[in-house]
Amino acid sequence: MSIWDKLWGRRAPTSRQMARERLQLVLVHDRTRISPQLLQTLKNEIIEVISRHVDIDREGVEVTFTQSQRQSRLVADIPLQGGRSKSAG
Amino acid sequence: MAARILTITSGKGGVGKTTATANLGVALALQGQRVVTIDADIGLRNLDVVMGLENRIVYDLVDVVEGRCRLRQAMIRDKRLSELYLLPAAQTRDKTAVSPEDMVQVTEQLRPEFDYILIDSPAGIEQGFKNAIAPADVILIITTPEVSAVRDADRIIGLIEAEGKESAHLIINRLRPDMVRREDMLATSDVVELLAIDLIGIVPEDEYIIISTNRGRPAALDDHSPAGQAFRNIARRIMGEDVPFLAIRESPGLLERLTRLVRSRTKSGG
Repeated sequence: MSIWDKLWGRRAPTSRQMARERLQLVLVHDRTRISPQLLQTLKNEIIEVISRHVDIDREGVEVTFTQSQRQSRLVADIPLQGGRSKSAG
Repeated sequence: MAARILTITSGKGGVGKTTATANLGVALALQGQRVVTIDADIGLRNLDVVMGLENRIVYDLVDVVEGRCRLRQAMIRDKRLSELYLLPAAQTRDKTAVSPEDMVQVTEQLRPEFDYILIDSPAGIEQGFKNAIAPADVILIITTPEVSAVRDADRIIGLIEAEGKESAHLIINRLRPDMVRREDMLATSDVVELLAIDLIGIVPEDEYIIISTNRGRPAALDDHSPAGQAFRNIARRIMGEDVPFLAIRESPGLLERLTRLVRSRTKSGG
């Protein structure tokens, strides 16, 4: 916890929040049968494929799940570097 | 009119399937409905003791399926409500003694004579669970506001969807509003959001449930039991009535907020 949080009287996450957050993750993995390891593999391969064609900020890539109702989605957020494609250069 | 078949299931054990089945059976019968409850937990019979009918059992579900008696002979009439019956599970056999087809056959035989057929599912996701959901028109998924129970409920919802059953509703059991207000228990809204299915009832933690089980007299028969009241409300919702959820205060009041704020300030100050 930062000094800033303390100043504002913010405390560590409550056990209710922890339960909710842990369940969110567990349920996504249960539903999709995608393990954290597989997610990492997907991320690495996505980076590899995209960077064959476009310069990307590898550190900034995020591959996450979102949920709406009982539909899970895999979302890849890939920041581009300079925004130019390799073939154009 | 033909009966609607409701299966009460949960995945995890010990979250209140049998208690819910007994209480919903009683509550529906109190509404003048003709009800039969079926214990589908072969080998771990319990619905009989919760309903207080354990001394009257002669035949059971497996005897019916294997043709040792007629269906009517195995059915036990409730002591208090003349339109409530129990079809007990066998205690000395296991879940493989009954198949999903057997369950469909038995319930189809009962359908014309009743308004509601309630099936108490065993825990787990194996044969016993499959038997219990095979004939269901409506599935009631029961969970407690705990990580393990919610996770198992989610698995069950996935399996039910895969079976092509559409109508599933959620009962949240053993909710402790005081703990939710202290941020130490998942709130109703958390569970509903995580599982993303329709909520049909919230049952508060109530020590009267233990007392009523000791006595073999379901809490729904007692006007003073908060859980009994919650089950009576669920029964009315099952019948299509629009009943508001019990006023369970899950968010802290002003006084609680203030004391907590003061406490947290003094804690971080010291």
